Amino acid sequence: MVATENRLTKALAGKRDLLAVYYTAGFPALNDTVAIGESLAENGVDIIEIGIPFSDPVADGPVIQASNKVALDNGMNLRTLLEQVKALRSKIETPIVLMGYFNPVLQFGVGRFCIAAADAGVDGLIIPDLPLTEYVELYKEKFEQHGLINISLISPTTSEERIRNIDDNSSGFIYAVSASSTTGAKKEFGDEQIEYFKRLQSMKLKNPFLIGFGISNASTFKTASQHGAGAIIGSAFIAMLQSSTDLKNDIRDFIKSIKTS
Amino acid sequence: MNYKVDERGYYGQFGGAFIPEMLYPNVEELRSRYLDIISADDFKNEFHHLLKTYVGRPTPLYFASRLSEKYNAKIYLKREDLCHTGAHKVNNTVGQIILAKHLGKQKIIAETGAGQHGVATATVCALMGLECVVYMGKLDMERQRPNVERMRILGATVIPAESGNMTLKDATNEAMRHWINHPQDTHYIIGSVVGPHPYPDMVARFQSVISEEIKKQLSSEIGNPYPDYVVACVGGGSNAAGAFYHYVEDEHVSLIGVEAAGKGVDTGESAATTALGKPGVLHGSKTLLMQTDDGQVIEPYSISAGLDYPGIGPWHAHLFETGRCTFLNATDDEAMEAGVLLSRLEGIIPAIESAHAIAALGKMDLDDEDVVVVNLSGRGDKDLETYIRWGKY
Ligand SMILES: Cc1ncc(COP(=O)(O)O)c(C=O)c1O
Repeated sequence: MVATENRLTKALAGKRDLLAVYYTAGFPALNDTVAIGESLAENGVDIIEIGIPFSDPVADGPVIQASNKVALDNGMNLRTLLEQVKALRSKIETPIVLMGYFNPVLQFGVGRFCIAAADAGVDGLIIPDLPLTEYVELYKEKFEQHGLINISLISPTTSEERIRNIDDNSSGFIYAVSASSTTGAKKEFGDEQIEYFKRLQSMKLKNPFLIGFGISNASTFKTASQHGAGAIIGSAFIAMLQSSTDLKNDIRDFIKSIKTS
Repeated sequence: MNYKVDERGYYGQFGGAFIPEMLYPNVEELRSRYLDIISADDFKNEFHHLLKTYVGRPTPLYFASRLSEKYNAKIYLKREDLCHTGAHKVNNTVGQIILAKHLGKQKIIAETGAGQHGVATATVCALMGLECVVYMGKLDMERQRPNVERMRILGATVIPAESGNMTLKDATNEAMRHWINHPQDTHYIIGSVVGPHPYPDMVARFQSVISEEIKKQLSSEIGNPYPDYVVACVGGGSNAAGAFYHYVEDEHVSLIGVEAAGKGVDTGESAATTALGKPGVLHGSKTLLMQTDDGQVIEPYSISAGLDYPGIGPWHAHLFETGRCTFLNATDDEAMEAGVLLSRLEGIIPAIESAHAIAALGKMDLDDEDVVVVNLSGRGDKDLETYIRWGKY
């Protein structure tokens, strides 16, 4: 059973316009992870998504790829990341979701990872290359035992039947990838994407969905929030961090610029 | 012992389909349809017709008498180097291009290391009039330059992969990203027995024509289809898969895979996956993988672009784990020396990949009654610059 006090479940309940922000742990500097998370919480971000860097992030575009590489070169690893998350958790109540490729988790040991993540105060996990069947057969019980919510991706090419299946096996939110694409910021959504968001809305899923990939500004955030429970920003935020000379101020301005409306 | 892929796409603990959801519809379509498509008569007829009239199959099984004398055994070379385009890779691309037509795809992408798979893909795309994009590591574009130009002459677009060591792994990452961005009209022709299920099984089936022919040819040479050893180099493992395929259940035939040791297995500059790897997940399957304790993939190294990969196919990982296949390795220098040796003894300049298999002969405990088939996966034309730079001939 998912522990009832899961912060993510609480944050999602009946809410709209949710803003989730992704950043890579250990980027730009190894020890920025905690400070960035704190700033996001202070500025009212609803869900914090922390990336576990990986050498071969195949679902990611150039911006997040580069942040992964910098983080690894900075010496980031899963053990350090979990320590940082624990430190962050002692300061904030915002839900924390870890997002990363399966191999580092597999090497850490999935069981050991679940224990450590729960202990660090993690609420959910997004593992894009862990297939649904594998998750359900081998890992679901372990995740749930430690109160960790698994978040699955869907994309415009995911069939209705499979979306229903994913919905049945989800308990937090569904991560609706906005287009058939790797991660990366785009300026506006096209008609096809809007159609897809409407289709998702009309499916009346039991879980809320948040839209991610390609959210970059107030306009895309607003559109996404009109259809889904909110949106996830990644590449645009990472690009900002990369050029920032004053993280605290720049993060505040960035979040303000998204949430203007 | 069962060596076949199971219903879930696994060989023992290895295999599966670890792909982001964006690729699920493509891979699932392939999984649910490939066996029906490739076992239908019209597919088989077209495939075998092209292998015969276009690729030039069957390739000869050649008794290498001077090489045999040198190693004191009866050594046969399976001449995949004589395939159209110069390597075994084309067996697979002919199969996959026909499959792509059945799936209604208009565009083809591929990754390539040595450029042989890229050339073989560009070739069949020209043959069928399909658009072709090939990703190739920037370093590989330099060390296999003739193949880059061949692809371009054939009308393909070659895109450099500039991440990591800029070799095969990175080209594969870029090809997968391209596929995520263009799932609907594009088929990804993977060049080896790697990737998510059903690729390893599908590619192995297309390459299995190699051992099908060896069995027939050896029967007429020695009166039975069974050598004592089948030897093949292993990058991802497709030429080895083809050479081993119809022998895997004949347990009295020893299967020898030869990996690239690079500058030496323990130098930190190597691609000998079975010696250095642990189970892990990369490019869609669980397999043996060179990685750090943190699960980050280690950049491999080999003088041979086609063997410069940090993993092997899941079937090979299973054959290694069960002991069905023995893995040896050869260093850069050993392979280059073997390449020159084969040139001098038999008048055949091998691809540097294939030279690794020749180099293994000196590491095997052979006696004069032993019948050995070495799969000579490709010819050395593409490697001339590397031979010249190495210089010791
Ligand atoms: C001639 C030749 N042999 C072998 C290989 C290695 O691939 P595989 O292990 O899939 O046969 C290559 C790859 O480029 C090649 O060109």
